[in-house]
Amino acid sequence: MNWEGLAFQAVDGLASASGLFFVAAGLSLIFGVTRIINIAHGSLYMLGTYIAVSLASAIGGPLGFWGGVAATAIIVGVIGALIEIVLLRRIYSAPELFQLLATFALLLVINDAALWLWGPQDLLGPRAPGLRGSLEILGRHMPSYDAFLIVIAPVVLCVLHIVFVRSRFGRLVRAATEDRDMLGALGVNQSVLFTAVFALGAFLAGLGGALQMPREPASLGTDLTVITDAFVVVVVGGMGSIVGSYVAAVIIAEVKALCIGIGLVALGGVSVNFSKFTLIAEFLVMAVVLVARPQGLLGRPQIAVRGEAALEAPIRSASRTLTVFGIAVLVILAALPFLARSSPYTLVLGVDVLIAVLFATSLHFIMGPGGMHSFGHAAYFGLGAYGAALAVRWFAAPMGLALAAAPVAAALGALLFGWFAVRLSGVYLAMLTLAFAQIIWSIIYQWQDLTGGSNGVLGIWPNPPFDRLPVFFLLSLALVAAGVVLMRRILLAPFGYAMRAGRDSPLRAEAIGIDVKKVHWLAFAVAGTVCGVAGGIFAFAKGSISPETISIDHSVNGLVMVLLGGLGTLSGPIVGASVFAILQDFVMQETEYWHALLGGIILVLVLAFPSGLVGGFLRIAARWRRP
Amino acid sequence: MSAPPGLAVEHLDAWYGAAQVLYDVTFTVGRGEVVALMGRNGAGKSTTMKAVMGLLARRRGVVRLNGRDISGLKPFEIARLGMGYTPEDRRIFSELTVLENLDAGRQPPRHFADGTPAPLWTPETLFRLFPNLAELRDRPGGRMSGGEQQMLTIARTLMGNPLVVLLDEPSEGIAPVIVEQIADTIVELKKRGLSILLSEQNAAFAQIVSDRAYMLEKGQIRWAGTMAELADNTDVQRNYLTL
Amino acid sequence: MTSLVVTSLSKNFGAVRAVDNVSFSIAGGEFLALIGPNGAGKSTCFNMINGQLAPDGGTVLFDGRGIAGLPPREICRRGIARTFQVAATFGSMTVAENVQMALIAHTREIYRWWRRAASYHRPRALDLLRQVGMQDAADRPCSELAYGDVKRVELAIALASDPQLLLMDEPTAGMAPGERNDLIRLVKALVIERGVSVLFTEHSMDVVFAFADRIVVMARGRIIADGDAKSVRGDPLVQQAYFGSGRTFERAGGVS
Repeated sequence: MNWEGLAFQAVDGLASASGLFFVAAGLSLIFGVTRIINIAHGSLYMLGTYIAVSLASAIGGPLGFWGGVAATAIIVGVIGALIEIVLLRRIYSAPELFQLLATFALLLVINDAALWLWGPQDLLGPRAPGLRGSLEILGRHMPSYDAFLIVIAPVVLCVLHIVFVRSRFGRLVRAATEDRDMLGALGVNQSVLFTAVFALGAFLAGLGGALQMPREPASLGTDLTVITDAFVVVVVGGMGSIVGSYVAAVIIAEVKALCIGIGLVALGGVSVNFSKFTLIAEFLVMAVVLVARPQGLLGRPQIAVRGEAALEAPIRSASRTLTVFGIAVLVILAALPFLARSSPYTLVLGVDVLIAVLFATSLHFIMGPGGMHSFGHAAYFGLGAYGAALAVRWFAAPMGLALAAAPVAAALGALLFGWFAVRLSGVYLAMLTLAFAQIIWSIIYQWQDLTGGSNGVLGIWPNPPFDRLPVFFLLSLALVAAGVVLMRRILLAPFGYAMRAGRDSPLRAEAIGIDVKKVHWLAFAVAGTVCGVAGGIFAFAKGSISPETISIDHSVNGLVMVLLGGLGTLSGPIVGASVFAILQDFVMQETEYWHALLGGIILVLVLAFPSGLVGGFLRIAARWRRP
Repeated sequence: MSAPPGLAVEHLDAWYGAAQVLYDVTFTVGRGEVVALMGRNGAGKSTTMKAVMGLLARRRGVVRLNGRDISGLKPFEIARLGMGYTPEDRRIFSELTVLENLDAGRQPPRHFADGTPAPLWTPETLFRLFPNLAELRDRPGGRMSGGEQQMLTIARTLMGNPLVVLLDEPSEGIAPVIVEQIADTIVELKKRGLSILLSEQNAAFAQIVSDRAYMLEKGQIRWAGTMAELADNTDVQRNYLTL
Repeated sequence: MTSLVVTSLSKNFGAVRAVDNVSFSIAGGEFLALIGPNGAGKSTCFNMINGQLAPDGGTVLFDGRGIAGLPPREICRRGIARTFQVAATFGSMTVAENVQMALIAHTREIYRWWRRAASYHRPRALDLLRQVGMQDAADRPCSELAYGDVKRVELAIALASDPQLLLMDEPTAGMAPGERNDLIRLVKALVIERGVSVLFTEHSMDVVFAFADRIVVMARGRIIADGDAKSVRGDPLVQQAYFGSGRTFERAGGVS
């Protein structure tokens, strides 16, 4: 280790902290006043970089660069205001889950809009006129622009501070963060305030994105990486605290810089490359803060109630018609290998649908009856897939053993992460689960020697007789059916009732002697375990897996499947997953803009069909029955 | 034609979730009049005020401010028509200073229904009304005593230059010397033509400042009359106030 | 026989002493009301006994064993049940399932994961529902019930654990005037039959005076009176706490 190198990295860390601060400050500000977590905030940052690069190259020179940066911030601010007026205003009183999903849909749509406007290639921006040189620090050269970034963040922090203290707008924002209803009773129109705050938050994100242009190219992947980083910063700093955002941005950036600075170290004979652990280090900081001080370093405690269940009809055990129907579907599926002998693709699609069904049903298990909105369920799918694949790769395990390793790996992960997750609620839980999925993703992505990194694991083929597609299909069908039936039984048994009791009224549940945290922790583990089975089947069905299985995209697909089917019924996720998997199969090949389409579907669901397909169907059926 | 009363409430019902808490509440407060809503804890006094202010999601009935129907409006719209509300729990913005709290309540000048200007308040005129606050102008709201917060919440409401003021339990949990000051303030506001609706358990306090009283019990109005009538009617006092 | 003994219980919120050195006890089978003006500290006191808040000082003994600071579920297992000010039931279950859930929790069967919950303790649940007059609604979703009925279901849930002490936080809050006395009469009958003690807070004075065996009055975090209805009613300290003395206003000239 070299102290000068470390110190230099520390200074460099301050430069990256500034970009992070701009996004996190906006995110935090918006949450403080509107209580909405804007997942699309990273997209605004990304738009900032794209727009700034376009303006700078179109106009050129100092005006193009510096004028472009200013214009970009304003343009993105206006986009933010439009988003608030057109979309968010409709969902302020919707359940938290829908708010998260709606802003996520926005992220998908913006990403495809950027793809359409700027193409898939990264765009390099010009260097900053007037700041092309470098400064000598600790015997090394540091770009002058980085020094500028180090200075600009605290300057903006001070400007914001002055705005919040000196202007009436700032005072109202602070008042609204504390008690927006009282502010309404004093004659302040919340809608206008909310739009203004959203515009300001978007302005900051756009500014942050624009200012990064000489350091990083405009890239379509930025939205997700930035929003995950910003989540971590906001959670660590405390929701609603701008100063907290700055402090946390610096801490996170420094921890990362430190990891890179330490680099390769020999620990007890094993050489460990710390620079690969930046993401993990970042999330470790967050996990520690969340457990020790759930409201964040400078945040004030939130009155967090776990996703209060909308009035939901009691779960009834299946009617005779439904049981008969279910058995009929099973029989038809079991006969599918014979029915579809002429088109083997049907079976490939069939396996995909079955995997999706198990994935969605296990997610619904914790989201619906458990009331825990996991935004990172793909983590357990991925753990299962990698558990199976790595058992094959490293231990040459036969398929049976590898398939058993899948749920074990997923269960261990779910037990570990679930222990943290059940201590939080609402948006915090959603963000933590998302963060955990990102940790798993980054471990697998970065630990190339073990996991094959971005290439994944190849050549995981089923043993005979399962190498024949019809047999493999039947195996999948049996496993998936067993998993679905198991979860259904659990939900109808005392344990499932205890889960719902803890969701419906945690106070009442505790008052009759239920340990709600423990019940929900176990539920989390059960869902993870079953999801791991889906991952195991997936590995053998595809023959190869990649970190893609754990991507946020995959987690969100699960959310859409559950939402499509509706949260309130047990058959919902089955229908939702089937429809989604088939739709994905047909549509994804047809369009380049699958993300935007998916985003559109989510928005339609959230705004028009909040109870999903099955819920909507039941409502129509009920109307038919009693005219 | 006589001018409409400052506040008229007709057949007001209200619910907390599924539980109905107000039943057919009807009353008026005239211009320059102080009316006390009285009754024991939980009788529905605060709930009535919240319902009038539009703060209860589920409510039914008609509320008129200077003759104008405000029943369906949002709280901020009601406030902008000249209704001031000081909640029982005061709801001071604890991170904001006294001056900033006052600023948060600021609204444009206003006129009574007949066109005469309503009293116009500034921090300086309010500091004359509440001299204690003047010394605390840069103190964060969270670091004030209960009595000081009570004065601040009244002052903050007055910054909106209201025509009608809803004062929810202004004397509760406050040192006697400050209670006196608040009584003086109410009398002063009355003199300036404001309509004041006061919720009060403290019979002595209500006697001093109010013209009339309505007696609430279990969400219903059970008795109405002048303060003199109330003072003479020991039955009503015993049935609805004393233990 | 004494059931609950509270000694020197205290709780601060910041600089505010919400409950200040409060001591009282409840005898077995006693119907005790805890009353006081808003902000007197009743709810805080109540929440320390039911385990929702940990006290800063003092002890709570139940059947001779300390329960202060235990989580609510432990307190429930010791034989103390409660109802909430805003009735808390499980909205996604039927009325009978609500009571069955409580019975399942009481018999420590919540980790069973195969046999249908609906088949557990059904006769016992229906019997409890019959006692509160809700047997006809057994299979209706709890979320559909009128509020007064939800309160009855909540009572059945509370009784499912066979408690020796029932804590009721404003049992009649939010109920229509006519229903209030009915509910308390029902509670009184049930607890006499079972020999259960009851501690309740209440705003409705007619309920308190008609049904409480004994009344403890709190004001500003302290107990200012403890006795039967008559002695409490006549207590000048109590009168003052509720209505003020009027002395404050001599200067202004008006005295009631």
